[in-house]
Amino acid sequence: MEDAANLTGLAPVMLIFISAAFTDNILLTRFLGMCSVLGVSKKVDTSLGLGAAVIFVTTCTSGLNYLVYRYLLVPLELEYLRLIVFIVVIAAFVQFVEMVVERISEGLYNALGIFLPLITVNCAILGVSLFMLGTPYNFLQTLAYGAGAGAGWALAIGIIGGIREKINEQALPRGLAGPGITLIIIGIMSLAFVGFSGMIRI
Amino acid sequence: MILSIGLAVGFLAVMTLFLALLLVFAERRILNYGPCTLDINDGKKTLVVNGGSTLLSSLANNDIFIPSACGGRGSCAYCKVQVFEGGGMIGPVEEPYLSPEDIKENVRLSCQVKVRQDIKLAIPEELFLAKRFRGKLLHKRNLTYDIVELRIALIEPESIEFVAGQYIQLESPEYAGRDAVMRAYSISSVPSDDRHVEVIIRKVPEGICTTWVFEHLKENQEVFLSGPFGEFQLTDTKAPAVFLAGGSGMAPIWSILREMRERGDNRKAFYFFSGRNQDDLFFTKELFALEKELPNFKYVPCLTREDANSNWQGERGRIPAVLPKYIPDAKPFEAYLCGSSSLIDACVDALRQHGIQEPNIYYDKFE
Ligand SMILES: Cc1cc2nc3c(=O)[nH]c(=O)nc-3n(C[C@H](O)[C@H](O)[C@H](O)COP(=O)(O)OP(=O)(O)OC[C@H]3O[C@@H](n4cnc5c(N)ncnc54)[C@H](O)[C@@H]3O)c2cc1C
Ligand code: FES
Repeated sequence: MEDAANLTGLAPVMLIFISAAFTDNILLTRFLGMCSVLGVSKKVDTSLGLGAAVIFVTTCTSGLNYLVYRYLLVPLELEYLRLIVFIVVIAAFVQFVEMVVERISEGLYNALGIFLPLITVNCAILGVSLFMLGTPYNFLQTLAYGAGAGAGWALAIGIIGGIREKINEQALPRGLAGPGITLIIIGIMSLAFVGFSGMIRI
Repeated sequence: MILSIGLAVGFLAVMTLFLALLLVFAERRILNYGPCTLDINDGKKTLVVNGGSTLLSSLANNDIFIPSACGGRGSCAYCKVQVFEGGGMIGPVEEPYLSPEDIKENVRLSCQVKVRQDIKLAIPEELFLAKRFRGKLLHKRNLTYDIVELRIALIEPESIEFVAGQYIQLESPEYAGRDAVMRAYSISSVPSDDRHVEVIIRKVPEGICTTWVFEHLKENQEVFLSGPFGEFQLTDTKAPAVFLAGGSGMAPIWSILREMRERGDNRKAFYFFSGRNQDDLFFTKELFALEKELPNFKYVPCLTREDANSNWQGERGRIPAVLPKYIPDAKPFEAYLCGSSSLIDACVDALRQHGIQEPNIYYDKFE
């Protein structure tokens, strides 16, 4: 076991990324971002599309929120406003990105753009920004943490999408189809992810 | 204390204002596509619109109403148009609604196509004439146990120009947790009564629009409809006509027949109307009265389940069985059918067997 925060150089950045993705998987150990998983995880390609959008947004918003917290909220002693400020920052950022993506690339917009509005209200994104506050990370490490958390979420929804594609929902009892079976899949997967816990401590 | 509250409120206000301004500014700069030209039906009409909104709403802003039942959410597929140039790629929302033939013919959902550049598109000619009307329900009257007639006074615009046989789309608003939808109903009133629209609606169990009409819509209530649409109409040949309908399929034929009376169009015509028993018949007196005014017209109600001991003097049996008695040779006839697809399919078969020419069969299937 290693204590990542005490290392210097690029190594801790990698470690933070990996631990955020696996050990501390935001979907499977913290159960955040469930609503989009229940809604969008029917197919692998849409799951991965949403996953990619989440990676991008968690990375950028954790960085942005780090800066806002460190250089605005702390000096003004307004830390208690973090929740609402983070939400506003995330919403504005997502809107902004949606516009930019729409303008610069139609392909990218079709692949990611439609997921962006879903993300504004995705609690995993807000969760990442809030959890980051409990860590001693610097800016670079925060970005790694955000990217890792996003990647972990994307990995999880990708796998869930894959499993759901293979499941014949018609063959399930009616009450289990859709969200029911998805919750069961998530439960089993999070048991599997328990295996990662304790591998790296951050 | 006051100071820290003030600081918090001030900070939030400044912060949100800043972000909002940033977004507004960004939207102006980034999403400004400038004026774009919409070339409709090979130059039949060209519009210059401000880019950035959907094709559906850009057209609606210019008084061209493409049918849309879901309000542009991409879930009804009514809003299909052909886009030849400038429509961009087919988006993931549209894809499930476009068949391979649609894609080959450049069909798109106009609510999902954003106007970002000049666009060349084609819409059915009739949509140029369609308008959206605000009206008021004057009365709702029961014609049978499951059919009502609505009479709507048009307010804005105050008159409609249509051909007997065409239909309108009635909008039912959101109610009791059900979506706002639009449904097609043939106009049963005559074109000369151009300040009103009448429709005849049959209740569909659990149907979204019909349940609204039967249970929620009240007299004097405001209603919205658009139209006219459709190509179902009497040809202007002098060929003898045979009309076949069941249930609310009465509507367009009721309009066509009354219009014939107004014009004194005395072509040879039969009207076969199908019902289970006498409870399904309506306008019976009026239709038999029409026989007197149009001497070559004959009304033939056909009942399939009428009690054998009842006082019913008319035909008993399905239309395909009754038809040959009146029309042994269907060759010179033109046929106009309206109602459920099972009725239409059965009658078209019978007509074919009796020699009618295929191009002379016209129908509107009600689903
Ligand atoms: C060109 C055209 C003209 C029409 N003219 C008339 C008219 O003059 N009078 C009239 O009453 N209707 C007419 N219809 C049918 C009408 O548009 C609606 O489809 C019908 O009223 C049901 O709408 P809803 O919203 O109540 O039902 P929905 O919520 O759309 O449907 C509920 C359920 O009923 C089924 N269903 C839909 N339509 C029918 C039907 N007609 N019979 C049996 N089951 C059905 C659906 O598959 C669904 O399962 C016309 C349709 C077309 C295409
Ligand atoms: S308006 Fe319903 S799909 Fe376009």
